[in-house]
Amino acid sequence: MIWGVLQFPGSCDERDAVHAYRLAGGEARLVWHEERDLRGLDGVVVPGGFSYGDYLRAGAIARFSPAMEAVAAFAAAGGPVLGICNGFQVLCEAGLLPGALLRNAELRFRCHQVELIEEGTGARLSIPAKHGEGRYNAPNELLDQLEAKGQVAYRYADGHNSNGSARDIAGVTNERGNVLGLMPHPEHAVDPLTGSTDGLRVFERMSGILA
Amino acid sequence: MAKARVLIRPKEGILDPQGKAVERALPALGFEGVEHVRVGRMVELEAEDPAQLGELCEKLLANPLIEDYEIQQL
Repeated sequence: MIWGVLQFPGSCDERDAVHAYRLAGGEARLVWHEERDLRGLDGVVVPGGFSYGDYLRAGAIARFSPAMEAVAAFAAAGGPVLGICNGFQVLCEAGLLPGALLRNAELRFRCHQVELIEEGTGARLSIPAKHGEGRYNAPNELLDQLEAKGQVAYRYADGHNSNGSARDIAGVTNERGNVLGLMPHPEHAVDPLTGSTDGLRVFERMSGILA
Repeated sequence: MAKARVLIRPKEGILDPQGKAVERALPALGFEGVEHVRVGRMVELEAEDPAQLGELCEKLLANPLIEDYEIQQL
């Protein structure tokens, strides 16, 4: 599989995402935000960082980039799309994922290792999180719907929801399941050198979705 | 060109930690009896066609899922 990792002005985790996909057994290349042509790619990552300076709201400007227009069409055709941190915010702003990310409840930028529970399997993953605007929010009826349809992908384990996310939600998918966004950074947990390789599981999950 | 001002604030019922932080800081400065502080943002602009402003707010200036907006024509 060949993955394209978007690169906006202000992205900062795109190289780690490329590295992670190579470790997970795939190929990956960077896609500049002005590119519109995603032909030849089997999947797309919208990486972490501070796209366009996070002006207005995190992710609000990036959604109008040429590359994101192409990603919307790619996702509509069933292609796998993974949004990490700022990428999750961009996908929510673009309407490709439900909900929105707000300022952390305690107003602090949180940077620490968190434990996630994978919905369905109950697998426990240890992955770093680093964000100031990671409080997942959606109206209650929408949250009920997401839970009923199995669109909650990851929750923070007890005691690990440090941003105040509704129902401990750390990551969600679209209804079809081919678009996934999460706040913690699986691309920083792929090498034993940094303490955990649990992030690989997230990349392997996405590789299992074929366009 | 028509001048306008757009006020954007967190929707009612959504926790606004910035507003809370301001509210908690006030008594320390001797300002008692101030509550329900909400912090939002204000955008000033000039538009050729003010009829576009609603759509512009819905699509970019505000996120209708979490924010309310109010357009003031100046």
